[in-house]
Amino acid sequence: MATSYNAKEEDGHHSGASSHGAAGVVKSKKPDNTAFKQQRLPAWQPILTAGTVLPAFFVIGLIFIPIGIGLYVSSNNIKEFEIDYTGVDISNPCYSCAKNFSWNSTTPCVCSMNFTLEQPFESNVFMYYGLSNFYQNHRRYVKSRDDSQLNGDQSALKNPSKECEPYRTSDGLPIAPCGAIANSLFNDTLELYHIDSNNTRNTIPLVKKGIAWWTDKHVKFRNPGFIKLNKHLCTNKPVNWRKPVYELDPSDPDNNGFINEDFIVWMRTAALPTFRKLYRIIQKKSNTTPTLPSGKYVLEITYNYPVLSFDGRKRMILSTISWMGGKNPFLGIAYITVGSICFFLGVVLLIIHHKYDTRSNSADIPN
Amino acid sequence: KGAVCVNKRKDWRKPLFNTTEDPGMAKASKVKRQRKKKTKENKTRTVHANLLYDNAKGEENPNRHYANNKIKTTKYTVLSFLPKNLFEQFHRFANVYFVFIALLNFVPVVNAFQPELALAPVVFILSVTAIKDLWEDYRRHRSDKEINHMDCLVYSRAERSYVEKYWKEVRVGDFIRLRCNEILPADVLLLSSSDPDRLCHIETATLDGETNLKQRQVVRSFFDLDCDFDPIKYNSIIECEKPNNDLNRFRGYIIHRSGRRDALYKENLLLRGCTIRNTEEAVGIVIYAGHETKAMLNNNGPRYKRSKLERQMNVDVFWCVIILLVMCLFAAVGHGLWMFQYGDKRPVFDVLSPDGTDLSPIMSAIYLFLTMIIVFQVLIPISLFVSIEIVKICQVYFIHQDMELYDEETDSHLQCRALNITEDLGQMQYIFSDKTGTLTENKMVFRRCTVAGVEYSHDANARRLAMYQEMDSEEEECTSHGGTLPRRDSVTSHQSARVVLRSQSTKSHRRTGSRAEAKRASILSKHTAFNITPDPQLLDKVNECSSQMDFMRFHSQPMSQLPSDLADVIDFFIALTICNTVVVSSPNQPRQKVQLTSTKSIQSNHLQVNKGSSSSLITNRSSNKGCSSMLSSPSAESTLTKLDEEQPPRDLEHNFGPVLPCYDGKAWNLEEGELRYEAESPDEAALVYAARAYKCSLVGRLPDQVTMELPHLGKLNFELLHTLGFDSTRKRMSVVVRHPLTDQITVYTKGADSVIMDLIKPPDTGKRQKKIVNRTQNYLNLYAADGLRTLCIAKKIMSKEQYACWLQHHLEAETAIQGREELLFESALRLETNLQLLGATGIEDRLQDGVPETIASLRKAGLQIWVLTGDKQETAVNIAYACKLLDPEEEILTLNADSQAFHSNFTTFEIYPSSSPSSSSSSHTPPFMVHRLGLVIDGRTLAYALDKSLEDKFLAVARSCRSVLCCRSTPLQKSMVVKLVRNKLKVMTLAIGDGANDVSMIQVADVGVGISGQEGMQAVMASDFALPRFRYLQKLLLVHGHWCYSRLANMILYFFYKNAMFVALIFWYQFYCGFSGSAMIDQWYLIFFNLMFSAFPQLITGTLDKDVSAETLQQLPQLYVNGQNSEEYKPYMFWMNMIDAFYQSLVCFFIPYFAYADSDVDLFTWGTPFTTLALFTILVHLGIETKTWTWMNWLSIAFSIALFFTVALCYNASCPTCYSPSNPYWTMQRLLQDPLFYLLCVITPVAALLPRYFYRACQGTLFPSPVQVGRQLDKLPAETCRNILSLSRVKVGSPLSPKPPFLSLAKPSPKGCNIKDQRSFPSSRASEVLYVLIPAETCFSAEMYL
Repeated sequence: MATSYNAKEEDGHHSGASSHGAAGVVKSKKPDNTAFKQQRLPAWQPILTAGTVLPAFFVIGLIFIPIGIGLYVSSNNIKEFEIDYTGVDISNPCYSCAKNFSWNSTTPCVCSMNFTLEQPFESNVFMYYGLSNFYQNHRRYVKSRDDSQLNGDQSALKNPSKECEPYRTSDGLPIAPCGAIANSLFNDTLELYHIDSNNTRNTIPLVKKGIAWWTDKHVKFRNPGFIKLNKHLCTNKPVNWRKPVYELDPSDPDNNGFINEDFIVWMRTAALPTFRKLYRIIQKKSNTTPTLPSGKYVLEITYNYPVLSFDGRKRMILSTISWMGGKNPFLGIAYITVGSICFFLGVVLLIIHHKYDTRSNSADIPN
Repeated sequence: KGAVCVNKRKDWRKPLFNTTEDPGMAKASKVKRQRKKKTKENKTRTVHANLLYDNAKGEENPNRHYANNKIKTTKYTVLSFLPKNLFEQFHRFANVYFVFIALLNFVPVVNAFQPELALAPVVFILSVTAIKDLWEDYRRHRSDKEINHMDCLVYSRAERSYVEKYWKEVRVGDFIRLRCNEILPADVLLLSSSDPDRLCHIETATLDGETNLKQRQVVRSFFDLDCDFDPIKYNSIIECEKPNNDLNRFRGYIIHRSGRRDALYKENLLLRGCTIRNTEEAVGIVIYAGHETKAMLNNNGPRYKRSKLERQMNVDVFWCVIILLVMCLFAAVGHGLWMFQYGDKRPVFDVLSPDGTDLSPIMSAIYLFLTMIIVFQVLIPISLFVSIEIVKICQVYFIHQDMELYDEETDSHLQCRALNITEDLGQMQYIFSDKTGTLTENKMVFRRCTVAGVEYSHDANARRLAMYQEMDSEEEECTSHGGTLPRRDSVTSHQSARVVLRSQSTKSHRRTGSRAEAKRASILSKHTAFNITPDPQLLDKVNECSSQMDFMRFHSQPMSQLPSDLADVIDFFIALTICNTVVVSSPNQPRQKVQLTSTKSIQSNHLQVNKGSSSSLITNRSSNKGCSSMLSSPSAESTLTKLDEEQPPRDLEHNFGPVLPCYDGKAWNLEEGELRYEAESPDEAALVYAARAYKCSLVGRLPDQVTMELPHLGKLNFELLHTLGFDSTRKRMSVVVRHPLTDQITVYTKGADSVIMDLIKPPDTGKRQKKIVNRTQNYLNLYAADGLRTLCIAKKIMSKEQYACWLQHHLEAETAIQGREELLFESALRLETNLQLLGATGIEDRLQDGVPETIASLRKAGLQIWVLTGDKQETAVNIAYACKLLDPEEEILTLNADSQAFHSNFTTFEIYPSSSPSSSSSSHTPPFMVHRLGLVIDGRTLAYALDKSLEDKFLAVARSCRSVLCCRSTPLQKSMVVKLVRNKLKVMTLAIGDGANDVSMIQVADVGVGISGQEGMQAVMASDFALPRFRYLQKLLLVHGHWCYSRLANMILYFFYKNAMFVALIFWYQFYCGFSGSAMIDQWYLIFFNLMFSAFPQLITGTLDKDVSAETLQQLPQLYVNGQNSEEYKPYMFWMNMIDAFYQSLVCFFIPYFAYADSDVDLFTWGTPFTTLALFTILVHLGIETKTWTWMNWLSIAFSIALFFTVALCYNASCPTCYSPSNPYWTMQRLLQDPLFYLLCVITPVAALLPRYFYRACQGTLFPSPVQVGRQLDKLPAETCRNILSLSRVKVGSPLSPKPPFLSLAKPSPKGCNIKDQRSFPSSRASEVLYVLIPAETCFSAEMYL
């Protein structure tokens, strides 16, 4: 093959060569002398030696340590209270509820726990429920949902996605909402009472609006358009549920169906086996009184959710929030640690530089 | 119109006499003109003329089964592309693996990703490769089409003439008419030629790279035909072999209607791809067409080589698989245990299998294992192979574009023919080089001669050559003097004037930049080598002699009265002129004229031919004689008169020529200036041109007659009785002629001095002869010491009886059926005895530019250089000294063995190097002895040394020598040596050569390099890289090799790191999700992370990163050791990178883990920062490893980050319900509002990369690698840098230790500053040859040159 190619190539050149007087008629194969083609692009060539690198270490150290301190302080300013109501211990008021309860129980079990807040919570207080050892991030669990159905898609409502198996249909009817996540919806009810000096129980108003992401509530989750979710819908409730999805919130008709905020919050599967989910918000009433003054409180739990079978724990958490989220001193400590290490390494490099790094100075090389 | 007139540059690229791939066989088959045995019927092809069957289309045409001339080299058709390409791609194991994983996703129990999405990367990778293949195939298709549509003349029965047809329409059995400079469209049996001798000259350069013209003969039965061959009358049947790929074989016979059979030989066959030269017109019948032609059958696809780095990488890919499996197994066991701990109590989050059945822990562990393979598949970098290919293509592009690898003279630059072994260039350890044409220019220049014991030094010639060179370099600098003639006053003869003129034209052409012009100019400049200034003394003698002979002829006195020294002179020149196989041609052949006018019609072609041939003897005869009978040989007189009448263009000489040294007023010397000689070896041509300078010019050669012209005597026709061609065992060739003046049968022999000297008549015959032999031997030694190639010329006069006796034997030998070759060989031996020595010649084979420097620098780079040459020992040794391969200060071990007894002596020999100092002179100190040895071994000894039992010993000896020189080695031996070194020492080998005899060596070596400037097509075809010049090897290896290697090595390591780091993030997560195979990173990010987000910066770095600048790399060849020792990518580095990857992933996992611990973060909001963090960490890591930051690096990194955020934002905003299960709607948008996200993005990469950054800084200071020192040198101001280098070069580059400790660069000792001039002149050395015989009873000797 090459034989013929060759000949052809040369022919090409010679046809051009017939007008040899004119310069540059035939393109020379000579490569262009451009910086790119000759690999001579202007470049910054850092050389990593102790001398060149040590400023970076000091700079990092000097920046990180103050940031870390700031983070640590602001994390420490956050007030947080946590109470475990699982009822593992016999001393726990919820022990009996926990013992006797399973998914199939029909009658709710109510227990209440007393606790004391040592310090008042000043700003808005977020009330969380926390679960431990609950693997909401299990691969098959995470997949077990139908987003189209939750978005109010009619066909998906009638015919949920296969991913929902085995919680897709029950008794021949499609389940709405289908899937394991919905099926395992957290259904404890928590109520908080403040016991004032007179020993009277004051109900603390818990706001259930705004606990879900705005986009979730308004875009991702939607009830099937033209009909209000009701009995006429030929769907079944998830097997573990007591009441159908359109009766989730008896108090607020707009908080029912797929757009129930507790439901939406639950559907956002947690990343780690120990997690908390926002349950209610206690809004600050006025500037003068703290949202939650220090004192005695009672938490009344309608105990519906069994966790003992998998060694789970249930908690109620009250927390204020800062600009960087909940109480977590880790990041502050991390910044301080990394900053200090950098600083220390910077010092080490400085020593190395002074002892050994003579070569960065050109005059020293020949010696 | 097909490539008609190719003004091909004729370069002499063959070593002396070494003509074809298998010289012995080729010559032998030429000698034996014997009818072959009939080949078996079923193994033959029968070819009828198509004309007879023109009406019966198809069915009855007996040729219908044969392939037509349409060629198709494409691999695919439109339909077959997809299946075939996929099939080919699945040959790569990795692809199968990835497809398997993608398919695994379709199994519901184990799927990890959406099946369609999982297919995406595989499909992407496959389609990128497919598009590349498609494009290549399309290019092939286009060139096929172009070739298929070239024109040729095919006889048409309907029109009773030749009509133009496309190549693809040519069928077997067609008659084709070929004109001069046409390329043959198919394998054609030559039936007629316009040449009076029924010859046709072809140039086979495209097939075998040989540029000399070859003669082909018309089939014997058509020999006697009158001028026109009429296809209509043809009714014979041809039977021949089935198509095969042996270029040097063709057997068959032609059966005429009369029943007569004539044998067909390869001399009758014109092969596809060859070019018709010197022959106005030829007619032939197509025997093989299209893919069945020998040229096509010889055309193998490119070889696939795997580089060392790639082999190493594959090992690590294998380790990655192991790591992957371990991780999967770990996760599977973990999952099983996790399941097990719950026992029968199924937690709500443990979802049943889709069909509602409960999975046992063991079953789920097994399923999980498969799932994890899918999740962790990224660990085996799917894009690695594609990225490597892309980077290599870019590297090849940059190598192509390098101006310093561009040769202006030939307008050629380096070609990378193998795209996938660029990085091997940086890891070479042994270089095997050919000598002739590779180290030397292979432009033979006649330098000196000795005739009858008198030396003629040709000083003027030497001066002229020196001046020419000087001028050449001078004009290189100032190219602006277009029309002036510098130095005309210093010119001594008219030839010199022409030299000036020509070199001037060379320059002016060069300036125009026209390639063809430059090429033609280079031909001219090359020819200056053939214009020899005669030695005045010798010229006088020639003239005196010939005038005496003329006188004697006139007075019909017997020639024997001539004084013997004069007779020797004239015989010497006769031998130079006729004892060869040179073909005479004329540059004014039609090819040039046709090219200029490029008219298509035959008529105008004819016109051009007639015009153009006015000064050409051969064409002249053919055009004048036209149809006259061939057999009556033309009288020389008539031709001579014709020649005299013609007036050549004399402008040049009139304008510039000084007084012409003419003796008889004839302008014949100008005439002959236009003759050109095509020789099989450049030496032959050099000798013929030399003879021409003495007015003894060869003017014509026919199979049975040689015509030469002598001063005073005019044209003499020598009846050529026999030609005993050159072969490598005899090392000589002879012609038997009948001397026209004396009518004696004379044998002229030319050959290597070693053999000729043995064949000289015993010296008792005469004192004079003895003296001549002695003196000649002296001069020969002198020539050899000067590095000249020596040849001895001898003659022998045979009496009629002797000749008859010999002839009888010879004819018997020729007709013998068995052992014919041996008999012919013996017959030749019988003839070539009792010779009378005439003289000897010294021919210079000039070293190429910069060869010694290149060798010195390559050697400093730690490369072992072996020279394997077919040349004889003395020449090879001298060239080796000249190019600094051997150092005058080192001892040379010469191994010349006579028999296998050699065996026993290798042991003795091994002791020798250590014990030698006592026997050597003084200056050396023992510790250095081992490195100061050079080994010279000849072919015969090599044959013993390559014996199985001895190879180890041979290697042991060779390794202890600094340089090895193998002389007289055959192509096979060359390849065996390379193979031996490569296999036994496990080193990387590079073979460089230019000729067909180097092909096998080039193919065997890890990297084969062909020298392309000298037209060695065959070596180039076999090579991986083709260089125009040897000296470019320096930059190719030291700079590009180094860069390619370090770039690729770093990129591969980075790839492994990157993928491991990314995958490990998910692995750590398994501890927190019950080993359920869950991934917090969105599957889209997971799949496209490698393919898109992190792909560009590494490609840019892999393509553009320069650890050390080109200048420093060339000034400090020691840096090359870096690649030889695989410093950039050692096995432990893979593991270090893995450990680093695991550390970094731990940091990247646990910082966000703790930062988000026990918060209300959801899975994918938590997972998205991981992708971001990993991306930042990976990019900064690349930044630490990047040595040069150009704007492209910055851009690519910025682009990567921007791309990620853009994609993430778009993806997260695009669809609220899609992308199950992650459904990341508005996730990124929310994250960007979260200060925590930014805080994480700052701290994590810093914490992850602290150790590496710190380590790099410490390493750069405490124990910098040589490369780092080189980089530091780069940073210094140019002047300081130069000072340091000049200091260090002495110390570091001292030849005493091939691999000096590098740190000496930093501290060169002051005493190293006085550079010793190591240049020493071979002539002074030769006299000091010491022969040290090791045990006397052994058959080998070790010579020591001091």
